Amino acid sequence: MTQVLEIDRLTKGFSLHHLEKDIPAFENISFTVAAGEFVLLKGANGAGKSTLLRTLYRSYLPLSGKIRFHSSYGLIDLARAADVDVAHLRRTEIGFVTQFLTARPRVSAEAIVAEPLRLAGWEPEAALNAARKALETFGVKPDLWAAYPTTFSGGEQQKVNLARALILPQKLLMLDEPTASLDANARGALVERLQELKEQGTAMIGVFHHPDDVLHLIDRIVDLTPDHTPTEERDDVAL
Amino acid sequence: MTLALDAPRIVETRPLLEVHGVSKSYKSIRAVRNVSAHAYQGEVLGIVGESGSGKSTLLRMMNLEEIPETGSYTLDLPDVSGNLFELDRFARRMLCATKIGIVYQNPHLGLLMKHSSSGNVAERLLVAGERSFATLRQAATEALDASEFPLDRLDAPPIELSGGMQQRVQLAKAIALEPALLLLDEPTTGLDVSVQALVLDTLKRLQQDRQITMVIVSHDLGVIRTLADRVMVMRRGEVVETGLADQIFQDPQHPYTQQLVHAKL
Repeated sequence: MTQVLEIDRLTKGFSLHHLEKDIPAFENISFTVAAGEFVLLKGANGAGKSTLLRTLYRSYLPLSGKIRFHSSYGLIDLARAADVDVAHLRRTEIGFVTQFLTARPRVSAEAIVAEPLRLAGWEPEAALNAARKALETFGVKPDLWAAYPTTFSGGEQQKVNLARALILPQKLLMLDEPTASLDANARGALVERLQELKEQGTAMIGVFHHPDDVLHLIDRIVDLTPDHTPTEERDDVAL
Repeated sequence: MTLALDAPRIVETRPLLEVHGVSKSYKSIRAVRNVSAHAYQGEVLGIVGESGSGKSTLLRMMNLEEIPETGSYTLDLPDVSGNLFELDRFARRMLCATKIGIVYQNPHLGLLMKHSSSGNVAERLLVAGERSFATLRQAATEALDASEFPLDRLDAPPIELSGGMQQRVQLAKAIALEPALLLLDEPTTGLDVSVQALVLDTLKRLQQDRQITMVIVSHDLGVIRTLADRVMVMRRGEVVETGLADQIFQDPQHPYTQQLVHAKL
């Protein structure tokens, strides 16, 4: 299997200076993710699942350890890659899906969804067409495509958010509870799109409050509960 | 302690803007101490810090209005070379007119308040050598339009306009010559919140459509969060922290940055 990510003894904690306190998040986490593999992060609230995703995306700076990413430019350690390199990889190879849309005033739903394609160099018309198709897949009504999502309901915003986050196939995709606030149809569309990306070779790491939706996609489970065997094959565990 | 970051390996181009080791004192006050900064082509660098942190002085250096006692400044552009702080007055003026645009918090600094708005924008082009009235008018109108200025008010002098509209005239003037670098000094401070959002939105559009490199200085973290790709935090003339915008806001490292981020409403 082609490895995409090798996480090696990764440790994260936060120093809160005004409290003069160090708060550990997780310690010495090691696991690998191969192309087309789907890894589910498990652990109680506060075990550091979302923190780990954000550290891999470099919204958080790790304290120690390595995040070896097999980029199309070669191997790079995301734990200490230059900011400009991380920014470049985020535009091209590393995606992050959250449950929140950052809607901007006066930007239409279709333009928001098309943006990642535009940044990747697509022609405006082609990008817009692909965006409309993605919005349709996630069940956003055509009347809303040219409207501003700032006024949409939470569920509709989330559909726009997912259409945007998943439109450009990436090498590595982080999923932070993307099914929250979705209706059944949209959940179905999400799972279908993830399946498609998986088949195309995207490596995925996800946190799901209710993993039932994605059960059949999961290849491996990494448990972040301290003093727990860190990884298990999916067949051996009850969820 | 977090890990020290590596030098860039994937992005191999040089930054468009590089300021290295600049210091500047006013009498006994050291306004800027040994500061270095860079911004890549198409990148938005945000500089935050409280009043007196040296952020505006640094921006004025990038506009060659202030020359530091030490340090160098380069722009990686065709037919621009060497340390720009060493240029003579005339070369400096020419470079600023053609390659750099600036928007000040106070429109009086950037505009002739009693001349027409289109005239203010056209003046920029005159400095750069354009003499045909038709071309001037046309270019000024286009720049004002791109800044989302209402075109039925082209001839209104800025003094008769609202604060938000004055900032749009400044912006039009700044982008009229399609500069490689756009400098913004508290561009929305003092505007109503709703007007502020519209001006920020215009800036964001311009940045995306034209891929202009921007440096924006503000004490308003919301403004920086909306626009910046990378953030530099200054305090008492020094840089205390730099990082990707989301990292600075979600995982600030320096005690001062933590205080700043947590103090935000």
